[in-house]
Amino acid sequence: MNKDTLLIAGKSYNSRLLIGTGKYKDFTETQAAVEASGAEIITIAIRRSNIGQNPNEPNLLDVLPPSKYTLLPNTAGCYSADDAVRTLRLARELLNGHSLVKLEVLGDPQSLYPNVVETLAAAKTLVADGFQVMVYTSDDPIIAKQLEDIGCVAIMPLASLIGSGMGILNPWNLQLIMDRVQVPVIVDAGVGTASDAAIAMELGCHGVLMNTAIAAAQEPVLMASAMKQAVEAGRMAFLAGRMPKKLYSASPSSPTSGLIN
Amino acid sequence: MISVSINGEVRQFDNPISVATLLEQMQLTGKRIALERNGEILPRGQFNQQLLADGDRLEIVVAVGGG
Repeated sequence: MNKDTLLIAGKSYNSRLLIGTGKYKDFTETQAAVEASGAEIITIAIRRSNIGQNPNEPNLLDVLPPSKYTLLPNTAGCYSADDAVRTLRLARELLNGHSLVKLEVLGDPQSLYPNVVETLAAAKTLVADGFQVMVYTSDDPIIAKQLEDIGCVAIMPLASLIGSGMGILNPWNLQLIMDRVQVPVIVDAGVGTASDAAIAMELGCHGVLMNTAIAAAQEPVLMASAMKQAVEAGRMAFLAGRMPKKLYSASPSSPTSGLIN
Repeated sequence: MISVSINGEVRQFDNPISVATLLEQMQLTGKRIALERNGEILPRGQFNQQLLADGDRLEIVVAVGGG
């Protein structure tokens, strides 16, 4: 059997767990969690720099060097296609021409639900500009297919709202998306604990992206390790193929003959 | 005297200094930053020759933790 790897935009990854770097206590904890998770693709955000008021501010890129990780700049906080495109052009300049990005265009600040109209518009512009776009979206299978047709390299539907930890609320829609698109489908947002990640992988998703589930755990580094194992276990269970569910089993696990009298 | 907006903060300069000089004044020389001038990316290689003009809007960004 060939090695089971995650293939995104022509590059293979051993880990199917992608993690975010927000909400950690400090960079030391961020680094420890990233290590424990085994993740190779790490999301980062782009924000205004200090302009002289804090010259000794530590830099995330010193802790997570682009030589060691595939950094995935995001557009978190963007509510329009234009803002998302501007942010990712800055990210590409910051990361010396790196073109793999996470696009997300939000619809409202309470739910952080994606605005798919703006997302589609931004995806078109970015793909035309040479970006490799991994796209956060709703779990609408029609929009997912449209994003693939535009040229996105991974479709990343929410399992539930960003930061909610509510788990996988609509496994049927994830299935509809996987039935329709050829590029990797990566659950992004909503995972709360290890079993949620395992369920996503058992459904056949190609990967899971999470941030808060690890960063907001009581012990983030331990949870990062739990998520690593959950994603691996879920993937193996998917590949193994689960037994069918049945209400009664007419087939006991132990032999029916040779019973003592 | 020229007036330039940097990350939303207006600053005034006696002369049209270069972007490289501005970054030096803000102790950002050599740091991992990217810069946008009036909505367009300004490549690092042009920091020395590009002079600030009155009314310029600069955005200077870094990578931070995020999901």
